[in-house]
Amino acid sequence: MENPVLAGRSAEDVGNGAVIEVRDLQMRYGSVDVLRRVEFEARRGEVLALLGPNGAGKTTTIEILEGFRMRSAGEVRVLGVDPARGDEAWRARIGVVLQSWRDHGKWRVGELLDNLGRYYSPYSTPGCKRPYQAEELVEMVGLEEHAGKKISNLSGGQRRRLDVAIGIVGRPELLFLDEPTAGFDPHARREFHDLVHRLSDLEDTTILLTTHDLDEAEKLADRILILAGGSIIADGSADALSRRMSTNAEVRWTRDGQRFVHAPADATRFVREELFGQYGEDISDLEVRRATLEDAYMALVQQFESGQRGSAAREFEEVVR
Amino acid sequence: MNPTVVAVRAGVRRGGIELRQTFTNFQDLWNYIFLPGLFLIVMYFLRGKSVPGTDFSLSAMTIPSVVGMQIVFAGLVMVAAVLIMEREDGTLLRAKATPHGMLGYLVGKIVQISGMSLVSVVTILVPGALLFGGLELANPGAWLTLLWVLLLGLLATMPIGAVLGSLFSSPTSLGFVFVPIMGLIAISGIFYPITVFPVWLQWIGQVFPIYWTGLGMRSAFLPESLASVEIGGSWRHLETVGVLGIWAAVGLVLAPVVLRRMARRESGSTVDARREKAMQRAGW
Repeated sequence: MENPVLAGRSAEDVGNGAVIEVRDLQMRYGSVDVLRRVEFEARRGEVLALLGPNGAGKTTTIEILEGFRMRSAGEVRVLGVDPARGDEAWRARIGVVLQSWRDHGKWRVGELLDNLGRYYSPYSTPGCKRPYQAEELVEMVGLEEHAGKKISNLSGGQRRRLDVAIGIVGRPELLFLDEPTAGFDPHARREFHDLVHRLSDLEDTTILLTTHDLDEAEKLADRILILAGGSIIADGSADALSRRMSTNAEVRWTRDGQRFVHAPADATRFVREELFGQYGEDISDLEVRRATLEDAYMALVQQFESGQRGSAAREFEEVVR
Repeated sequence: MNPTVVAVRAGVRRGGIELRQTFTNFQDLWNYIFLPGLFLIVMYFLRGKSVPGTDFSLSAMTIPSVVGMQIVFAGLVMVAAVLIMEREDGTLLRAKATPHGMLGYLVGKIVQISGMSLVSVVTILVPGALLFGGLELANPGAWLTLLWVLLLGLLATMPIGAVLGSLFSSPTSLGFVFVPIMGLIAISGIFYPITVFPVWLQWIGQVFPIYWTGLGMRSAFLPESLASVEIGGSWRHLETVGVLGIWAAVGLVLAPVVLRRMARRESGSTVDARREKAMQRAGW
């Protein structure tokens, strides 16, 4: 009898600890290049956010990594295996949460978690017991009171948490989350963020999530990848990215009852020498605001959506790198 | 334990759960009752008629025929419909994301649909026998025949139903399956002996499984003398096994290929696109 666990394991150790490796990934639909040259890596235990405007190719990228879509060209390794050739043992080590699921409406929450968990039991190892028990799972995602509920009767947020529970039922080493908090209220969003932290801290799960919400990416991710114009145009921690972005700050002040705005190259010098040096006491309501990553990102998205795809991405690239 | 065995077991359990669900919601219960009820009422009003050339009740003859028809209906239409629906709501994609999940899903569907068709067999056979009499329910051989015709009938139709469900992508296109089946029912000797039809029409009827499952069920529950109104004056068990066997073989060769091709194409965005189409259809 084949040993599914070993078959899946040995492949992982070939790579240099990278859980995801993507080199020169290209995707073309007809004559449209959706992905031109996507390159990135994810290391074990890392939380990666793939950020980008709608239509940038986030879902396409994640579907290629999940093995649900064939790529046009490029090298892809997920847990050391080409997803296009991933077998069932490989599949058992991966969790998938897609954008919207309406399946199994007649099932009860606990019942479905139990049934789907069964498929993972042969892939259990001494160090990693698979699957999670249904009771444990509903607690992790905060659905304890709804374990006996029919799935079609769950609210949108509860349904989404169930999807996450199903995604992690096999205790995956790598979890894909596609727009996980779309439609969440602030409370549900916060609880979800706690869950993601718990998974990455306690379980050492590698997580790749897509989002178009920069705030969420900043809160959740160790590293942010910005996908635009068909390639990754920025790759770094939220901190590193915003530091590199903060070249021009905006200075606002009031003088003689009039409001002024200026964006000097060196804001500190401008305030000291130009403003206080010249006007001194006349200056009031002074505000100096650094351009945040969000500002830069919003500008990018705006340019992107007004049709200057290529040039917007290049400009952004120059600024960030 | 071997992952394949685990998946088959999980699938059996899954089928059991989904079968149980059909007893606890109104829509499914209604589906169980509506058609058999309608049929029994119509047959009740026609109870005075007898099979041409005999004094046996026509209503009693149609009971086993309809049981045979139900099997094909479950195997073809129900399987195709379920596959289309569950592709649309993402159930299949979920199975695809689970190790050996597709195997479990298929096993589950086979258990569920077989169970459902067994229920519909009972809902017709029992009230029908009580209402009209003349059926040989006490004969153990009858139940043995029911069993093999049921199994062979499902085996002949479910793979074909799965192929149809994979080829069509929206519930509306299911009409392409439904209408021809209605036509086939009319010429397959379900409600009237096939021997009254022109020979060329009899030949068409004999190509498809409905005629044979109906014939098989009649052979199980009708008195031996009723074989005289069938083609060749016989229940033709050998031919029944032959024709249903060919359908099963063709289906079992085709279904894995078509199912695999369909499953390969499933992804989050295909499910989303289909859902959007469905919403437009519903006018949301």
